[in-house]
Amino acid sequence: MDDAVLDSTGRITPGQILPYRAEDLQRQGSGRSADRVFRLTTGLCAAVVGALLLVVILFMVKGSALAFRDHGFGFMFSPEWDPTNQKYGALTFLYGTAYTSLIGMAIALPLGVFTAVALVEILPRGPAKLISLAVELLAAIPSVLLGLWGIFELVPLVRRFEIYIYKSPTGLRHLPIFSGAPLGVGYLAAGLILAIMALPFILSVTREVLLQVPASQREAAYALGATRWQAIWRFILPYSWKGIFGAGLLGLARVLGETMAVTMVIGNTPQIKASLFASGYTLASVIANEFTEAPSELAISALISLGLILLVVTIVLNAGARLMILYLNRRMGTREVK
Amino acid sequence: MNTTHHLRKLFGRTMEGLCLAAAVVAMIPLFAFLWQLFAKGAGAITLALFTQLPLPPGEVGGGLRNAILGTLLVVGMATGVGIPVGIGAAIYMSEFADPRLTAALRFCCDVLSGVPSIVMGLLAFQLVVRPLHHFSALSGSLALAFIMLPVVVITTQEMLHLVPHSLREAGHALGIPSWRIAASISLRAAAPGILTGAILSVSRIAGETAPMLFTAFGNPYQSLDPNAPIATLPHTIFTYAISPYDDWHRLAWGGALVLVLGVLGATLLSRFILWRHQRGLNA
Repeated sequence: MDDAVLDSTGRITPGQILPYRAEDLQRQGSGRSADRVFRLTTGLCAAVVGALLLVVILFMVKGSALAFRDHGFGFMFSPEWDPTNQKYGALTFLYGTAYTSLIGMAIALPLGVFTAVALVEILPRGPAKLISLAVELLAAIPSVLLGLWGIFELVPLVRRFEIYIYKSPTGLRHLPIFSGAPLGVGYLAAGLILAIMALPFILSVTREVLLQVPASQREAAYALGATRWQAIWRFILPYSWKGIFGAGLLGLARVLGETMAVTMVIGNTPQIKASLFASGYTLASVIANEFTEAPSELAISALISLGLILLVVTIVLNAGARLMILYLNRRMGTREVK
Repeated sequence: MNTTHHLRKLFGRTMEGLCLAAAVVAMIPLFAFLWQLFAKGAGAITLALFTQLPLPPGEVGGGLRNAILGTLLVVGMATGVGIPVGIGAAIYMSEFADPRLTAALRFCCDVLSGVPSIVMGLLAFQLVVRPLHHFSALSGSLALAFIMLPVVVITTQEMLHLVPHSLREAGHALGIPSWRIAASISLRAAAPGILTGAILSVSRIAGETAPMLFTAFGNPYQSLDPNAPIATLPHTIFTYAISPYDDWHRLAWGGALVLVLGVLGATLLSRFILWRHQRGLNA
């Protein structure tokens, strides 16, 4: 009777997964002490994970204390960054990060959403799979390599576009956002790189959201005589806007902290300019460029404060987006999207 | 009636065309990048790239041996810490912990996985570099371990979540100790998925550059000492890319090709493992 749950070969029924004899398992490591040790070890691992979030917040706050004590909270809003005179302010970099992220999201969000619609609603399965694979591979390319490509391919391309605008007889170059010398490096190049980096993320989340739309929603649209586009625009997308908004928040959080690719194409000039063509500086890239050459403890602390700002913003965005998705799922009564 | 019908049909077709155009545009960056990478990198792949050390700036020739070995060491040490701890945490979350604790830890991981890698570098700097007063391979590995940890936990926990409860119950019914159920039933059944997640997390940290700047720091000579500054491939590519020397640009593209073949190769490998596993389950 002992072998009632075992099949004829003496294995537990889903045999490919569990090639053990039950007797072997019972014999080994019997007793509670092994259990307790295992539980304790894995519990410690879990504690490490939980502690990591606290440790990172704690140390970033501790590291930036000196700068905040010296400059006060005015640190956040001062446009001055002059390490030789021990003057530090975050505003220039906050502006650069916000501006480049805005450009990146303004490109990536519509592109990602339209592509997701094409993948889920329009294209047949084969090509759709191929395209999503191609875009997912894009996400696997390290930031520094996109920066390398940016320096040698994207920046010259952007420069050509800038020269075209500059020479164009329409006088577009007198508009504030197109003013300045055609350098190639600058906010526009950085924004384009960020768009490329955010695209796979926005696409995959939006795709998931669209796939969750119940078939009845689609059928209702067609029953009312909608064309396919009307079904998409009036019935499917409105059902998904909140999820897509969440995707946008998560994508934004990712883009804000991007370092290498941006550092390589933004021009690294601490200035606040309205023009897309001007070079600038972001929070992450100033840390990357100046940290190892920081002339004083105060400079290090100021750079860590910039990191703290990044940390706080990304935590708030991430936590906000996840809580929103959780809340929406609970309200709609659907399963949690993983 | 007829004209509005035609109009909305025409409008619909146009918008669908725009969506298809977006899908095509979305693919352009990958192919543009790969095209350049192979065009410029293939010529730089020589034996010297793998066997020689870098030469002083301006001289032609040399290789990236120190950076390639350095990346293997730094990523290897990070993986040695990050994967066991991550899998252990995920086991605790899915097998032992209270569901509310699991949800809280999961939330921590989601937030942690969104923390910029440069911030993790700053953390490793303060934890290791500052007390020891010198840059080191070890501090770089620690930063990478921090970056990969939440990724490993999330993927492992999701895979363990997919293992049917009936399997565990069958184990309990047979009187198997719970540690053995976790290790030999849950973990074993979820192994292909966990392996996939592990490979993905390794390929993600292999290309990390920002945290290396002020932890591993870089080193023009050969070093495999965990307690000394060390060159890593992504960091060297960055340094060479922004340098004014043509031969360094050539080496940067060669190094980039090596890195991409590693990272994309690992990504495709993990997809293949998962695909085979899923096919096995469906059959």
